[in-house]
Order: sequence, then structure tokens, then C-alpha cells
Amino acid sequence: MSIAADTRLPQIPRPQEEPLTEGRQDFHSITESVCRITEYKTNRIWLAAFGFAVFWLMVMVSMIAYLVWTGVGVWGLNNPVGWGWDIVNFVFWVGIGHAGTLISAILFLFRQKWRTSINRFAEAMTIFAVMCAGIFPAVHVGRVWVAYWLFPLPNQMGLWPQFRSPLLWDVFAVSTYATVSAIFWYVGMVPDLATLRDRATSRIRKIAYGVFALGWRGSNRHWNHYEAAYLLLAGLSTPLVISVHSVVSFDFAVSVVPGWHTTIFPPYFVAGAVFSGFAMVLTLIIPAREWFNFKHLVTLRHIDNMTKIILATSLIVGYAYGIELFVAWYGGDPYEMAIFKLRATGPYAWAYWTMVFCNVVVPQVFWLPWARRSIPLILVASVLINVGMWFERFVIVVTSLANDYLPSSWGYYSPTIVDILTFIGSFGLFFTFFLLFLRFLPIIAMAEVKAILPQANPHHHEPPAAAIGEERHG
Amino acid sequence: MTLREIIAMVVGASPRENPWGIVAEFEGPGQLLAAARALRQAGYRRYDAHTPFPVHGMNEAMGLRPSRVPLVALAGGVTGAALGLAMQWWINAVDYPLVISDKPILSWPAFIPVTFELTILLAAFGAVGSMFLFNFLPMLYHPLLKHERFGRVTDDGFMLSVEARDPRFEPQATRELLASLGGDHITLLEP
Repeated sequence: MSIAADTRLPQIPRPQEEPLTEGRQDFHSITESVCRITEYKTNRIWLAAFGFAVFWLMVMVSMIAYLVWTGVGVWGLNNPVGWGWDIVNFVFWVGIGHAGTLISAILFLFRQKWRTSINRFAEAMTIFAVMCAGIFPAVHVGRVWVAYWLFPLPNQMGLWPQFRSPLLWDVFAVSTYATVSAIFWYVGMVPDLATLRDRATSRIRKIAYGVFALGWRGSNRHWNHYEAAYLLLAGLSTPLVISVHSVVSFDFAVSVVPGWHTTIFPPYFVAGAVFSGFAMVLTLIIPAREWFNFKHLVTLRHIDNMTKIILATSLIVGYAYGIELFVAWYGGDPYEMAIFKLRATGPYAWAYWTMVFCNVVVPQVFWLPWARRSIPLILVASVLINVGMWFERFVIVVTSLANDYLPSSWGYYSPTIVDILTFIGSFGLFFTFFLLFLRFLPIIAMAEVKAILPQANPHHHEPPAAAIGEERHG
Repeated sequence: MTLREIIAMVVGASPRENPWGIVAEFEGPGQLLAAARALRQAGYRRYDAHTPFPVHGMNEAMGLRPSRVPLVALAGGVTGAALGLAMQWWINAVDYPLVISDKPILSWPAFIPVTFELTILLAAFGAVGSMFLFNFLPMLYHPLLKHERFGRVTDDGFMLSVEARDPRFEPQATRELLASLGGDHITLLEP
């Protein structure tokens, strides 16, 4: 008797895990909080924001029309800088998208349940960001009406694309990424579209959501295949997302331009992409959870987790900046050394130090636990990080081209007003779609959030209030 | 003559005599799981559970085989890889040979990125395409979707449906069985 008492393990107090949703949630309350966002009468603030976004979208469309009509010369591109804001913006937007896939796929594989509140949101961001990204290389080919030459289509000229070029790999990587992300997003949304269908009161909503819900019936025989497909998509998207920014970095790394020709580029680009993407998710979700009132579903714990990822990726990016300098010196290549010296001290030093400040210095604040939960501070930091990541691409693209092997062909690149308006306009495109998404689609993956509630577990019994958090099933 | 009357003529029975099946509501995932297991033990095969989210353990309770979606995805991936490699080889080494930086004509390492992307693309198509195919989706008409209370399934409802095609199906006996398992709002559905 006494032996039994002695050998009993001491009760180790388990740290109480913060719940993923706040308040007492049941299945119906989740349906309510997510669906009603699409069911309110359109309010004026949304309309004003949408009008503003569409205005900038139109600015971008007119700038592109002007460019197609006149020629790429309307941009600030000239020898020696043949890639300017167009490629900077392309890499910037593709990078933004990466956080969406990381949240939806990689965190899914790692069984990070907190992702369920933000994955839909982040995936939408991915798709719209990739759309913005795709526009820039498509336009910068010059003769956009023959952009289809990029694809291996049989033609009367008997010509084929050149598959040893990273630029062509990019075409395949980005278009595959856009396609698979869109499929992943849509497949994940089908059960939630069915929820909207079943709640619809007007005929037009019934038909629209009905068609896109494909007749989903929540059938377990369907869930069986559905979950298998969803897991596979997550598994496939994971190497895909890593490959995309790696291939984008090959555009630079495979060349022999000093400052570009480095093997560190693929991991460095991927980390930077995730870094900027998480910053963008925060920039978007902080106002959204305020306005649409879903702070109980996207809690401070979610935001805290995201800032930790930002801090981690910031450290990787900072390490990459450092190792670039080290390898330039250690490698002993005079051109390589010269370009890095120029980056930090030359005509573009202002851009380089903006990049270092925003990407390496600013995120260090997230070591402090209170900073990871201070909404205004996070918002400011996330915007600064996006600025910094844009400058990172600017530094990479422009400085190397402006100052390569021959000092006689050095130049200084400045954008034109068309460059600037096209870039601002791409935010118009992004926000036009994003606002439509916020207004008409389920912005939180309801089915997934319901599945992580404790009562979703078939072995769950209503616990007495004190026992909550003590025993966690599954 | 309506479509249903034509079908009734061909099938040789009026739809009222031939219900599509029966549907019952349950309180929560736990009760639903137990009821699904009991139905299977009672010999039913053509029945289904309808839930707002996938319920853990339901596949085993219903005796469902693991999905074959991964096999199709694998086939898609293999096709993508083979097609991608073959396409690049044929285009850049056979039909339009290009010498780039004095590399061999068939410098396969340069073909890896595109091969990889096509592998992923076709595997994804295989996964999603076979998922929709195996689920017979899209199916915009279904007897269940006409049931007034069925909308709860995408919100917070947990239901079981037993099809009339099930050899064990017997309107009265099935209804009683479902009621004894805790089913509520038991309704016979027309096709």
C-alpha cells in the first residue's frame, strides 16, 4: 500500500495552454461570426475602400496601356540597368505570397493547429500577390502580345523556348505555383461555401454559392477522399513553395553578374519571402480582425506566433546579409568585393541601410514578449519590414547591374513616374481582389476551426468548468 | 410530363413508393460515431454520415477503405515527371537542338526545375481531380439538399442518411433503429 503510494509519479503541473479561440465557442457561433461578415449590408467604409482600390487599379491599367502603346522605354530602364522596378516588384510580390503557402501547407504538415484561423486569409493573400507579381514580367517582355512564346506551344515559326534558361524555369515555377495555390484555396473553401449556400436567403446568393459549393453535403465518404487530397496538396505545396523562390533566385544566381552569382541565394530568397509574407499577413489581418470583429478567432496568440516566425526569418535574412559580405571577402574575387563595398557605401547606400534597418534591426523588438502582443507596434514593424524587403530586392537587382565589371558602363538608375504609378497601382489590384474576398467569401476556414474545438472530438464530454485545459484529447 | 414522371415510367414505380432514403439527426460527433458503428454492425452498407467537419474515427466506424486519391496523385506526378523530361529533351535536344555554353545537348540537370514543377502540377491535378471524381462532385442536385433541415449539416448538425438501395433498408425498421440509436427528426426523403 505504502509502496504504491511512494512510486506514484509526482503530479507535474502542466502549463495551461492558451486556447486557440477565445470565449466559449460552439460550432454555431463560429458559423455566425464568419458568415455574417458576408451577410451584412455593404457598408460605406468598405465601399470607399473598394472605390479607392479600384481607382489605383485603373491607374495601373492605364499605365500598362500607355506602356504597351509606347514601349518599355516609358520605364526608367536603360543600359546598364535593364531590370529595374519591374523585376523588383515581381520578386517583392512573389515573396509576399510565400507566407500564405507556408501557413496553409507547411504548418498543416507540422500539425500546427493555430494555423486554421488564418490560413484562408493568408492563402487569399498568396493568390492575389501572385497575380500582382505575374503582371510585371509579363509586361516587361515588351511585346506583350507575343508573351505566349514563353510557353512551349507548337507554332508556324518552328521555334521552341530554351529550357536551359532560368527565366523559363521561372515561367513554369510561377504559373504552377499560381495554379496549385488557387486549387488549394478553392478546395479548402468548398465546405465553407456550402455553409454560405445553406444560409443564403436571396436567390442570387443561393445560386452563386450553390454552384461554387459543387453540391457539397458534408458526407463522410466525401471527407475521406477530401482529407486525403487536402493532405496531398499540402505535401505538394511545401516543396513547391520552396522551389518557386529558389527558381526566382536562379534568375540572378545562374548569371555571372557580381553580387548575383552566389549559391546562398535560394535559401536566402525563400527565408526573405516567408519573412515578408508574414509581415504582410500581419499588416492585413490586424485591421481586418478589428473591423470585421473576429478577434476571438484570430487571437493575440496567433499574432504572437506570427511575430516569432518573423523574428526567426529575420535572423536568417540577417545572417544571409552577413554571410554574403563574408563570402565576398573570403572568396577573394575583386569584382565581388567591389560590388558589396559599393552597396554599403556607394550611390545606393541609402537603400542598403534602409534594408538593413527594416529587416534586421526592427524585428529584434520581437524578442520582447510585450512587443509581440502590442498591436500598434506590430503594425508599424510589419509595414517597415515590407518596405525593407522591397528595398532588399531593389538593392539586389539595381546595384549589381548599375556597377558591374567595366566602370565605363556604370550608371545610376532612377524610376520614372510610370514605374512608380504602376507599382502603386499593383496595390490597387491586390486590394481590389482582397476587399472582394473579405466581402463575399468565408475569410476563416470554418470547417477547420470547428474541427479543432474540444467538442469536435467524439470522445469529448462536456467537462466541468475547472477541468478545461487540464485534459486535452487528440 | 415532368422529368420525374418520365423516370417513374422507365423505372416502373412512382417515386412516392420508392423513397430515396431516410435521414436522422444526432446530437454531436460522439453520438453520431456510435450510431454509425451500430448501423454497420446491423448490416447496413449504403449509409453515410454528414458532418460540418471530418469527425475523427468515422472512417473506421463506417468501415471505409483508405482513399485511393494518393494513388492517382502518384500517377499524376510520375506522368508529370516523364512528360516534363521528355518534352524538354525532345524540344531542346531533338527538334531544335541548342548549344548553350558548350554544354552537352542533353544536359539533363538544366531540365530539373521544369520537370519538378510539372511533377507537382500534375500530381496536384491528380489529387484534386480524383477527389472530385470519387466524390461524384459537382452534383448540384441531390435528394438530401432538398431536405429542409439538411442545411444544419454545414453549420452544427450531425446527420446519418440511409439509402433505400441498401438491401437492409426497411422504412419502418430503419426508422426504429435510428430512433433507438438516439436519432431525432427522422425523415423519409423522396428522390
